[in-house]
Amino acid sequence: MSKSDCRIDIEEISGVTVARLLEKKILDEANIDLLGQELFALVDKDGRKKIVLDFTLVEYLSSAALGKLITMHKKTNTAGGKLALCSIQKDILDVFKITQLNKVLTLCTDLDDALRKIG
Amino acid sequence: MTEPVEFETSILSKLTEGLGLQQKIVHLMERFCYSSRDVFAVRLSFEEGLANAIMHGNQSDKSKLVRVTCRIDARELRIQIQDQGAGFEPDAVPDPTREEFIERPTGRGLLLMRAYMNRCEFIDGGRCLIMERERNSPLPIIED
Repeated sequence: MSKSDCRIDIEEISGVTVARLLEKKILDEANIDLLGQELFALVDKDGRKKIVLDFTLVEYLSSAALGKLITMHKKTNTAGGKLALCSIQKDILDVFKITQLNKVLTLCTDLDDALRKIG
Repeated sequence: MTEPVEFETSILSKLTEGLGLQQKIVHLMERFCYSSRDVFAVRLSFEEGLANAIMHGNQSDKSKLVRVTCRIDARELRIQIQDQGAGFEPDAVPDPTREEFIERPTGRGLLLMRAYMNRCEFIDGGRCLIMERERNSPLPIIED
């Protein structure tokens, strides 16, 4: 997969994997499936334990994308790791609140907050 | 712009078929000066409604069509999505916020459409979804 095909950008900060979501609109199923594959590989293939998903660029999110985040959350837990989401825009945060996934997932205000919580 | 705009079209049961329609609806909303909150709500709800019709209604059967009807004026937007599937009972869909279902990866589309639209109703045995949103609607109401 070339870098331009990637839906996440990976950086390591103090032992934590920071995955920045690059798509503004995480709405259509085809893209969501590919995003899921890239996220799951961080745990299943790379064996990463501490992961932050940075939502700075994300403007739209559908329920299918929420499903991938739930699966990612479960995979990370099963592997004995930690997952946090950070820098979520207000409209997207509302989606998490309506579905009450804010009670299941670790949502952080920004990257520093996320690194403090799972670092 | 004061005159209402209406259109009706049928698409194949393929998720990417809806992207152009979504753009068309957003463009119309912008012409009628709907808020960015309205656009977010409708983009999300349309995606959820269309995905339900294609995947759950028509079972992604390429021989089946989804008919989308849209009417917009300065007061409200109305979208109707009709599939050719077996139908379903909306009240039988479990509440995805309940503890036993909260970690399921699916089943949140209906909840989101109901939260973001002023009207979200199924007719024709669940095969036809009617959604309406008033311009500058305060929905969704978030309880912290």
